[in-house]
Amino acid sequence: MILSQIHFPSIKNIVEWPNFFGDGWYGFNKIALIALIAAAVPAIIFFIAGRQSKLVPRGVQGFAEGIVSFVENQVAKPGIGTGYEPYLPVLISFFCFIAVGNLFEVIPFFQMPLNARMGAPLVLAIIAYLFFIMVGMKHNGPVVYLKMVAFPEGVPKAMYILVTPIELISTFLVRPFSHAIRLFANMLAGHILLVSFGVLCIAVWTLKLVAVLEVLTFPGLIVFTAFEIGVSLIQAFVFSILAAVYIGGALHPAH
Amino acid sequence: MSNFIEVAQQAVELAQQSTPSSALSADELKSAEAAQGAGMAYGLAAIGPGIGIGYLVGQAVQAIARQPESAGQVQTVMFLGIAFTEALALLGFVVFIMLKFV
Repeated sequence: MILSQIHFPSIKNIVEWPNFFGDGWYGFNKIALIALIAAAVPAIIFFIAGRQSKLVPRGVQGFAEGIVSFVENQVAKPGIGTGYEPYLPVLISFFCFIAVGNLFEVIPFFQMPLNARMGAPLVLAIIAYLFFIMVGMKHNGPVVYLKMVAFPEGVPKAMYILVTPIELISTFLVRPFSHAIRLFANMLAGHILLVSFGVLCIAVWTLKLVAVLEVLTFPGLIVFTAFEIGVSLIQAFVFSILAAVYIGGALHPAH
Repeated sequence: MSNFIEVAQQAVELAQQSTPSSALSADELKSAEAAQGAGMAYGLAAIGPGIGIGYLVGQAVQAIARQPESAGQVQTVMFLGIAFTEALALLGFVVFIMLKFV
């Protein structure tokens, strides 16, 4: 069967992009452009929404207030609990940046999620990591915070031999990596899925097997594109709610 | 886009002119083993989280059906649980990528 010999593009072909202005320390490629746009679009939306603050929101202001109330009610309140207000802006920033960056996966002519390269999610996760540690140390004091992480309450004394190393490793070593890899692997998997279906469509078209197989691959491509829009938004939501849970754990380490 | 079309055309050309080779070199053998291991890694890593997420969402649907007014809260907790469960499958996927491509 001829189709069994189709070679899918290697990982280098689908996630690496050449620099726009030559190779140097200033290397600026498509991913960097997407990152800039993903930072600029929410900033412009919120700037416009802030300019025309009316009592009854409409248009851009309604959209921006919808985002804020969504993050407040679905992310900050369940994740952090009481006293969530000071941390709302950073969660909204995470949510908007990641959502816009992910949605570039399905925007024509870009079609590359920002977070399918390890750099972006890793930096975001490191920001969240430093942020929740600083919140915990500022709110509780460094010694008390470290003691609360290492020796959680309600554990029998003998169990601390087991619990303390696990808690310390999972909080201070594993957390940023699992936080970053969750976003990265989801977006890379979605990107590979879409590329595979796109290559399959083109290959089937070129092989003149249209009547037989295009009916399978092309609807698949459309369905998975819709699915990936959902995954992009859910991953932005999951990243920000995990950041909220980590901040909440640093604020109220009792639970 | 043009990149993908080129790649697909190359793939089709390869498919048309490919000849069966009998002896595999050491590199080919190694990459074949890596591909098998990659498939095994992801396949095995997907089993547990698949069961876990199915159970989790099923329980969440039951909770929402019993108490529709708490749907928002249940959904938030459900997504949190899915995120923690899914991490294992994603680690399997990262192992797959590393074995297959790196």
